[in-house]
Amino acid sequence: MRLLWQIFSSFFKIGAFTIGGGYAMLPVMQRDVVDRLGWLDEQEFMETIAVTQSAPGAIAVNTAILIGKQMAGLPGVIAGCLGAVLPSFLIILSIAVFFQNILSWSPAINFFAGVRPAVVALIAHVAWKMGRKLIGNIYSLLLFLISLALILFVPGLHPIWVIFGSGIVTAIWATAQKQPKEEAK
Amino acid sequence: MWTLFFTFFKIGLFTIGGGYAMIPLMQEEIIAHNWLTQAEFLNIVAIAEMTPGPISINAATFIGHQLYGVAGASLATFGVVAPSLIIMVIFSHLLAKLKASKYAVALKGIAITVTALIAAAVFRLVGPAITNYADIGIALVTLALVAKTKISPILIILGAGVAGVVLYGYIL
Repeated sequence: MRLLWQIFSSFFKIGAFTIGGGYAMLPVMQRDVVDRLGWLDEQEFMETIAVTQSAPGAIAVNTAILIGKQMAGLPGVIAGCLGAVLPSFLIILSIAVFFQNILSWSPAINFFAGVRPAVVALIAHVAWKMGRKLIGNIYSLLLFLISLALILFVPGLHPIWVIFGSGIVTAIWATAQKQPKEEAK
Repeated sequence: MWTLFFTFFKIGLFTIGGGYAMIPLMQEEIIAHNWLTQAEFLNIVAIAEMTPGPISINAATFIGHQLYGVAGASLATFGVVAPSLIIMVIFSHLLAKLKASKYAVALKGIAITVTALIAAAVFRLVGPAITNYADIGIALVTLALVAKTKISPILIILGAGVAGVVLYGYIL
């Protein structure tokens, strides 16, 4: 029960602060799930993100469901999903019912204008942290740069294909590297 | 009300990559059903962008509420989330199998590509989010705080919002 509550409250918090799309939640999620609760290590976290971002649906919700499932089975799925969905559900519902005009109220606009650069900086820090941990040799550096170039400069290319391609190329590369050693035996 | 559920189920099912990828599809469905005008739809996109949470959930809640009140909001939201529920539970089995197989090494490459995706998101967001010197200041202070201290990102985000209210409302 304690674990379920932790899953729910953790994703509720993440859901409540995901302003500016799926990637904005990464810093909050990483600090909570990896650093604070220790549910996943960084490699597992990245694998989870790869799956949740290749699948249909909102990344935040997918991630909550997948981590909930891994931690506590089906009850965890429900706890994670409710946690991720409820904040936006409640906020939008109250906007729809009470605050139709909140977005023309200038302090609200200024608040979000201040939040946006901070969110970009937080995401940049996640990328930096991950890169430093995962990029350890020429192959990984090349893979990173090529992936980045493909995503930024090939219009209309869906990230899912870059993710697939990277998995396949890495599997082939690793097999090719092993072969000579095995022959030497 | 079934149409509402199934429409949002479809939107949830066919939106891969999250966020902005789903706007065109949602627009088509919503306009086709005469649920909102183009202008109202843009308002929802703006609200979704400025409030926390995934845009698909925000839109589902808002449109569901407009049509059938709180019951409609709940139904539409459940509809958009249901595909994620089904697919993620299946994926979690596949992920466990993949990890145990000899192809597990592929995941290492995938993790690097995901890092590149996150970096690409930063490049794309810098333009719209950082438009003047105050924005650069907020971004740099945030970077310093998150790299050098243990302050929670949530507090940093709130702090940045307050800085925005003060800077843009009273100083600039």
